[in-house]
Amino acid sequence: MTTHDESTLYTVTVFSENHVGLLNQLSIIFTRRCLNIESISASTCSIPGVHKIVITCHSSQSMMDKVIGQIEKRIDVIKAFYFTDDEIVYQEVALYKVPTPVMLRENHVEEIIRRHNARILEITPEYTVIEKTGHYSETEELFRELQRYELKQFMRSGRVAVTRSPIEHVDNFLNQRLTNEY
Amino acid sequence: MSDKITGAEALVRGLIAEHVDRVFGYPGGYIIPVFDTLYDYTDRITNVLTRHEQGAIHAAQGYARTSHRPGVVIATSGPAATNLITGLSDAMMDSTPLVVITGQAPASMLGTDAFQETDVMGITQPIAKWSYQIRHADKVAWALARAFHIASTGRPGPVVLDFTKDAQIQLTDRAYEPCRFIRSYIPKPTPAEADIALAAEMINRASRPMILAGQGITIAEAEQALKALAEKAHIPVAATLLGLSVLPSSHPLFKGMLGMHGNIGPNINTNRADLIIAIGMRFDDRVTGVTESYAPQARILHIDIDRSEFNKNIRAHATVHGDAREVLEALLPLVKPARHDEWVRSFDRHNTIEHENVDTTAAYGTDPTKAPTMGEVARKVSEAAGAGAILVTDVGQNQMLSARYFRYTSPRSIVTSGGLGTMGFGLPAAIGAKMGAPERPVCLFTGDGGLQMTVQELGTIMQYGTAVKIILLNNNFLGNVRQWQALFFNGRFSQTPMLNPDFKTLAASYGIPAEDVATRGELQCAITRMMEHDGPYLLNINIDPADMVFPMTPVGKPVDYIMLNPSDVYQPLPDIS
Ligand SMILES: Cc1ncc(C[n+]2csc(CCOP(=O)(O)OP(=O)(O)O)c2C)c(N)n1
Repeated sequence: MTTHDESTLYTVTVFSENHVGLLNQLSIIFTRRCLNIESISASTCSIPGVHKIVITCHSSQSMMDKVIGQIEKRIDVIKAFYFTDDEIVYQEVALYKVPTPVMLRENHVEEIIRRHNARILEITPEYTVIEKTGHYSETEELFRELQRYELKQFMRSGRVAVTRSPIEHVDNFLNQRLTNEY
Repeated sequence: MSDKITGAEALVRGLIAEHVDRVFGYPGGYIIPVFDTLYDYTDRITNVLTRHEQGAIHAAQGYARTSHRPGVVIATSGPAATNLITGLSDAMMDSTPLVVITGQAPASMLGTDAFQETDVMGITQPIAKWSYQIRHADKVAWALARAFHIASTGRPGPVVLDFTKDAQIQLTDRAYEPCRFIRSYIPKPTPAEADIALAAEMINRASRPMILAGQGITIAEAEQALKALAEKAHIPVAATLLGLSVLPSSHPLFKGMLGMHGNIGPNINTNRADLIIAIGMRFDDRVTGVTESYAPQARILHIDIDRSEFNKNIRAHATVHGDAREVLEALLPLVKPARHDEWVRSFDRHNTIEHENVDTTAAYGTDPTKAPTMGEVARKVSEAAGAGAILVTDVGQNQMLSARYFRYTSPRSIVTSGGLGTMGFGLPAAIGAKMGAPERPVCLFTGDGGLQMTVQELGTIMQYGTAVKIILLNNNFLGNVRQWQALFFNGRFSQTPMLNPDFKTLAASYGIPAEDVATRGELQCAITRMMEHDGPYLLNINIDPADMVFPMTPVGKPVDYIMLNPSDVYQPLPDIS
């Protein structure tokens, strides 16, 4: 069991219609409650026409209940959930840009990349771009190591997540809505 | 090709399909095509031309509240759209169904700081139930149908359609079809049987139950169901400000208003009840006082159509998610007949003490040469207005006293700005309220401050001959703020005295008959003349600035900490259970 204190990291997933301005509607809800959004990502999902937005933030369970209620109240939102890390499978992608001459000079770098299960995406005479997919702590650890090698740029994506539950709540909900329509 | 119509025409035909025969609007550059089309339909749709867009939206709110139909507002872009913001926010807080249509710069110019372009979507999303920008005529029918569905179902609210100028003149062949289904929106959730059963059990077990009735009951038209349940299980009913008139004031189980300026009985007994049954209300902080000491002995049963209200302000022991009427009707057969005589009587005992302290001739004073008190005026106007009268208020002392002491005889009898507390709401809302219920007397209570926030709407009254009775409680002060300054800021009346115009002459310049009432001795006859006059009327009533609203629960105090006057806090006698 995960404990729920003020600083639990929650993953909020929102399934919505693909309407203009949805992100604005969601971010307003977090802003009003003074919740800092740690990361955000949005994409299409397995259901045609439905968008999935994943937001992470630190908060408490009672606050998350309120936030989810207010998110679901938005007309264009189909369903919203919140999860703790143990309930989902999740990943983030990070990109690191280091000067190629440094890479070549310091042969540790290649070893670091291998040890971290990262890979090289692109090499030019000037720079090398490294990619690492993993949890926050993993991409962070690589970040810390590469900082010693004149790291020029770094960016971590928002979280992508799918649930561990065998039940597909959104599909079920939408199917039920369709049968109720007639 | 010949059966194609413009986007503006599609909009107006859609309004007619929704049985709209009255809109509240104000023209301007980016909405001219819509008003041009309305010109062809003047026999079907009347536009009420207010004097300010804020007036239009408050009037539409008043209309929606008394007619139980969505109010429709049409305004242009930019400054007109921003003039609507207060009303939108007000309607959102008070669950008032509105369909608000704003003109907008042509789609090709959006984002360029075009003349009178403003980001209506960005501004309105936080304060509207739904906002949508119509950028093509083909979307008009779809968007309007959704707008009416969303505004008027579930927990009602304002919906904004931002209509670009080019979409208004483009052609479309899309016909109007009412919207009945939106897959991401469940307006009427089916209450869970288990929740109903648990609720019934809680009610059957309670010995000191109390119903907190909110506007959700009015919206769901659940007044009869409420009455039946309260009578069967002998449960006293208290109302929120917006829930007033769900039961007639004379009903023996109706025990008054909740909250900061509510009646003593329901406020004291909130903290003595063993079961609070909250129906269609949201535990606003003006109702609860400090939440830590709210209803300490009670289990809380919360019934609401809006799930996000559960556990938002007050943690509930049980909830029923559904329409108030459906829930109450389902509960009725499961609830056992009961008597709680001693408990029910205890409300009256507290209320009697309130009455003796603030609401008797003795408390008001009898000197006919003195200014009347606000409570006295409220009582007298209510008596004279008679059955079926609708009370509209502005915000401040005028609101609290009139709302509390008006006698309500039928449902939908109060129109007031509850959640937002918008000064300037009263006058335009009263105009709309009268238009929404033309056969009922409409009495507006307003202060000299609030009246002047939207006083230009006297012009609307003049133009449409709207028979609104305006009771101006004129203390030449921003009275409510003055009261706080007197009680909590050592009588430092910073920026609350006001130099006022001659309101009688002002009304006269709009052709509205008016009288000054300087003293108690003149009051009764003036009220009679006002009510007997066939048409609008204004009474400019002289009020002593020192007249205050009591009882009062100050901010930061428990709901049962009740000031009876500036120096005494109510101490219930031990024999009142
Ligand atoms: C638009 C707006 N501005 C300010 C306030 C703060 N406010 C609440 S009551 C009040 C005084 C109202 O004075 P008046 O209209 O004369 O009514 P009274 O209280 O004297 O009856 C003020 C300034 C408000 N509620 N709304």
